[in-house]
Amino acid sequence: MSKMIVPLGPQHPALEEPESFTLMLEGERVAAATVALGYNHRGMEKAAESRTYVQNIYLLERICGICSHSHSTCYVQTVEALAGAEVPKRAQYIRALIGELERIHSHLLWLGIAGHEIGFMTLFMYAWKDREIVMDILEMLTGNRINYGMNMLGGVRRDITPEQGQKVLEALDALEERTEYYKNVILQEQTVAIRTLGVGRLSREDGLRLGATGPVLRAAGVVKDIRKDDPTEVYNELDFKVATDEHADVYGRTVVRVTELMESYHMIRQILRQIPDGPLSVKVPNRIPAGEAAARYEAPRGEDFHYTRSNGTDKPERVKVRAPTLANLAAITHMIDGGFLADVPIVIAAIDPCFSCTDRMVRVKDASSGRDDVWNWDKLRQYSIEWHKKRGQDLGYRI
Amino acid sequence: MTSLGKMVPYLFKMMMKKTDTVLYPSVEAKVPDKFRGSLKFCPEKCVGCKLCERVCPADAIVIEKIADKQYKAIVRMDKCIFCGQCVDTCNKDALENTAFFELASGDKASLEVEI
Repeated sequence: MSKMIVPLGPQHPALEEPESFTLMLEGERVAAATVALGYNHRGMEKAAESRTYVQNIYLLERICGICSHSHSTCYVQTVEALAGAEVPKRAQYIRALIGELERIHSHLLWLGIAGHEIGFMTLFMYAWKDREIVMDILEMLTGNRINYGMNMLGGVRRDITPEQGQKVLEALDALEERTEYYKNVILQEQTVAIRTLGVGRLSREDGLRLGATGPVLRAAGVVKDIRKDDPTEVYNELDFKVATDEHADVYGRTVVRVTELMESYHMIRQILRQIPDGPLSVKVPNRIPAGEAAARYEAPRGEDFHYTRSNGTDKPERVKVRAPTLANLAAITHMIDGGFLADVPIVIAAIDPCFSCTDRMVRVKDASSGRDDVWNWDKLRQYSIEWHKKRGQDLGYRI
Repeated sequence: MTSLGKMVPYLFKMMMKKTDTVLYPSVEAKVPDKFRGSLKFCPEKCVGCKLCERVCPADAIVIEKIADKQYKAIVRMDKCIFCGQCVDTCNKDALENTAFFELASGDKASLEVEI
């Protein structure tokens, strides 16, 4: 059978964000797939080096619009470790509360996207309708629907009143009922079963070998969750189970996410019951002592990693971010291989990709000589002009 | 056992309910109490320490001296990310967030405002 190469992206209706997948097709089946990164590079790590620690909270919060609290929490944890600040218990509980509400919002959003990708638009519409409940709660608690701005160095910025806690509990009752309904829909609806069962398989061994993380790995039966393995904040004081599934396909990932929703409701009820009184923050100096620190956080999409190096000034010397999608990207090509072309969008969507979070650094490698060095702006420009000239596109730039 | 049309009964139920969306802008949109909207400046409280300028992650606010112990605040609304860090940082409570959020404008110059 003749082979055909089909590009998917960087701009493609099936992708929410730009990323380039090149698929080699044999009939309807994908024989090989490659992924090219770097279409959404925003230079955030470099920008973080020229901003103060306080300004960076808001910059790094904007790495991702959906798991913004995960990134800002992970970053402030590194700075607090450098400064030796002990975050008050109440602030830790509030951080965990916002973190779990964010997970609910992210997973409900994903459920809608998954419905959209498999052509089950009813699920998409109603999952997003119910997501508004948690968005309203987040807006009430923090002042924003996304990019909550709840973290500060040494604590949180806003307190939670008992009335707000009551409203959260009422919203949780509604959400729990709805999630139970969606769980039944996923388990009993044939549309979901046909489009997801056995699609995008990633076995336990492959998942571990390719470094997958989050619900993708948990759907392959691996019990791995930063909240359990390396508990930060108050997660070691909460009673919860790590949701896993044995299907190891898109169906399994859906089940894991819906089960995680139920666990999050359970955790939020505990948080609101156990939250102690006390101060909201401790003072952290503007100048952070020299040193380096790293932190991990279980974002809705998997393990988020931040590294900060300080040189004793009020600006960090280096900030490094590894978003969960980067860890899952290697697994994508493996999951696409051998599947149908029509299943590619849902397989990509099933890792809950966030490509703009992923693009952190561009490394240019000369394919002919294999040289791998840093290019400055002029050299990059020169290369771009020659690249276009070779293709007969002289843009008339003078060098 | 799986079957088709699991959400159909729910769809019929929802047909009897009124819509969840509101006809904004003809219907007024409600924002919560502590919403971080456009900034408000109290010139009589400002001492010109410019801490808000220094902490702003977006370089959106500038405090200018107009006379002895009198200051004005100029905010670039197109740059402001409404994080409210300036409000939190101000020791004299000279800045506060309001519930106003309808700031869209077709003219970029009009987004640089003295508040």
